[in-house]
Amino acid sequence: MTWEMVMKQKIAVKVDDLTVAYNYKPVLWDIDLEIPEGVLMAIVGPNGAGKSTLIKSILGILKPIAGSVTIYDKPYDKQRKLVAYVPQKGSVDWDFPTTALDVVTMGTYGSLGWIKRPGQKEKKAALEALEKVGMLPFKSRQISQLSGGQQQRIFLARALVQNASIYFMDEPFQGVDATTEIAIINILKELRKAGKTVIVVHHDLQTVPEYFDWVTFLNVKKIATGPVKDIFNDDNLTKTYGINYKVSIQE
Amino acid sequence: MNSAQIEIQLIASLVAIACAIPGTFLVLRKMAMISDAISHSILPGIVIGFFITQDLNSPLLIVLAAFTGVITVVLVEYIQKTGLVKEDTAIGLVFPALFSIGVILIAKNANDVHLDVDAVLVGELALAPFDRLIISGVDIGPKSLWIIGTILLITITLLIAFFKELKVSTFDKGLAASLGFSPAIIHYGLMTVSSVTTVGAFDAVGAILVVALMIAPAATAYLLTTNLKKMLGLAMFFGVFSAISGYWLAHKLDASIAGSITTMLGLLFLAVYLFAPNKGVIAVMYREKQQRTEVSLLTFLLHLKNHNELEERHVNHLREHINWHKVRAKNVLELAQKNNMIIIDNNIVSLTEKGDAFTSKAIDYIITNEDAQIEDMKDDFFLFRG
Repeated sequence: MTWEMVMKQKIAVKVDDLTVAYNYKPVLWDIDLEIPEGVLMAIVGPNGAGKSTLIKSILGILKPIAGSVTIYDKPYDKQRKLVAYVPQKGSVDWDFPTTALDVVTMGTYGSLGWIKRPGQKEKKAALEALEKVGMLPFKSRQISQLSGGQQQRIFLARALVQNASIYFMDEPFQGVDATTEIAIINILKELRKAGKTVIVVHHDLQTVPEYFDWVTFLNVKKIATGPVKDIFNDDNLTKTYGINYKVSIQE
Repeated sequence: MNSAQIEIQLIASLVAIACAIPGTFLVLRKMAMISDAISHSILPGIVIGFFITQDLNSPLLIVLAAFTGVITVVLVEYIQKTGLVKEDTAIGLVFPALFSIGVILIAKNANDVHLDVDAVLVGELALAPFDRLIISGVDIGPKSLWIIGTILLITITLLIAFFKELKVSTFDKGLAASLGFSPAIIHYGLMTVSSVTTVGAFDAVGAILVVALMIAPAATAYLLTTNLKKMLGLAMFFGVFSAISGYWLAHKLDASIAGSITTMLGLLFLAVYLFAPNKGVIAVMYREKQQRTEVSLLTFLLHLKNHNELEERHVNHLREHINWHKVRAKNVLELAQKNNMIIIDNNIVSLTEKGDAFTSKAIDYIITNEDAQIEDMKDDFFLFRG
C-alpha cells in the first residue's frame, strides 16, 4: 500500500487532541491519530504508555478531559453499531455463572437495544461465531472451565457476532498458547481482507512485522503512526521504549 | 395453622423472594457489604418519613428511605473515589454515621410512638398480621403483605425487562458501556431496587435479617449452579425454604422469628458449602486427592518410560528411587495395574502398550503447553480414577 492510496482512503477513526489524566498525571497527552479504513494496526508502547486507555477513551468507556473522537466522521455515540470491542481477558470475572454460548450472545445485545431479548436469529449468529473460532464443541461449557486461550477465543467470537466495521482488541494474545495465537491472527487477517479495520493493543514487538500492516507507537504522547514497513524501525522503537528497547524486547 | 400463621409465612416468603433477586446480582458484583450499609442507613429516611406521615406503612416513608439508601451508595463511592480510603473503609464510615442519626432521631422524638431500635434491628414479623389494610370498611389483609407484594411485583417486572442488561453489565462493564447500556444507570437502578426492597422488608424482618436474606440465599445458590437463571431460581427457593422452616423453628423454640430464619439460612449455607457436588469443600478435597494420585501415577509412568535398566524398575527399589512413602507408592502401583498400564513380571515393572501410549500422549501435551488437555485424555484411558 502506498501513501497515495492511503490518502484516498476513508478515515475510519479520527482522534483529535485527546488528553486523559488521572488528577494531574496525564496518561495520554494531546493525541492526534487517524486510522485509515481497512488496516490491521498494532498499538505498541511500554507498560503505562496509555495503550488500553486510548482504546477505552475512543469507546467512551473513559471520559477524556479534552479532545474528541470520531468514527467515520461522526461521534462514537452515533456509530456504536460499527464498533466491536474485545477487552483484556482479565477484566471480567470468569467464575460468573454463564456458558460460552451465552457470553458470545452478549455481542448481539447492542443491535437489540434495551429490553428486547435475543431470539433464534441471535442464537444462530452466536453459534456461527463460535464455529468460526473453533469453539463450537465448548458452547455449553461454563466459562471458568475453559483454558486461557479458549476464553480469549470466546471473547473474539463475541466481537465477531457484533458484525462491526471496526474492531478494537486489548491484548488478545496475552496468556494464550501458540495454536490459539495463530488461530486468532488468522481471523484478524480474514477480517482485514473483508475490508474491516482492526486495532490491536500488542505487546510482542517481534511479531509486529509478521502480523500487522499498520502500527502506532505510543508512550503517553504519540510517537509515530503509519505502515509497518515504513516506520517500524530502530529510530521509532528507541523513541518509544528508550535507549534500552532491545532489553525490553527480550523480556 | 391459623390465618395469622399463614399470613406471617406468606409475608416472610415474599420478603425472601424480593430480597433474593437484587441479592443475586449484589453477590455476583461482589457488593454484598453494600446491602449491609443500605439496610442500616435507610433508618433516618424511615424516621423522618414517619415524623411527616405518622404512619409506618406510608409510601412516602418508602420513597424517603430508598432515597437515603441511594445517598449511602453515592457517599461511599464519593469517599472511595478520593483514593484516600478503600471501599470497605468507606462503607464502614458512611452507614454507622447515617444509622446513628436515625437512632438519635428516634430517641429524641419518638419515645411515645411505636418505633424503637429493637424493632428496627430484628423486625416485628409476629405483629405484622395485626396491622390490617382496610379499604372502605373491608379488611383485605395485613398492610405489610400488600407493601412487600407490590415491591416484589415491581422487582420481578424490572428483572424480566432488564435481565439482559443486568447480566451483561454485571459480567463485563466495559462491553456494556461500549454497547450503549450505561453501567451507571443499571448500577443505580439496582441500588434503588435494593433500597426499596430493604425498606419494604425492614418493617417485617428488620435491618439485620434483610442482609441475611439478600446475601445468604444467593451465596448458597452460587455454589450449586453455573447458570444465572438457575441461580436466581435457587436463591428464591432457598430464601422461601428458610423463611418457612425458620418460622416453624421459632414456633417450636418459642424464639424470635427473624433469628430463626437467619439461623436456617446459615445452616443451609453451611450444608451446601460442605456438600455441594462441585464447589463444596468435600468435593474439592476429594478432587484434589484424586488429582494428586493421578499426577503421581504419571510421574511413575514417566520414570518407567525413561529407564530400561532393570534395577530402576525393580519393585523393591522403585520406592527408594522415586522417593515416595510406602502407602503412596502402593496406591500408585495398584492404580497403574488396575488401569492395565503396567505389568509386573518377576518383580520387574514394565509399561504395557496402553501405558506407553498414555505416557507418550501426556508428554506431548506437556511439551506443547496444553496440559489442560490431559484432563480430557484421562477419560479415554482410565478404567478407574485415582
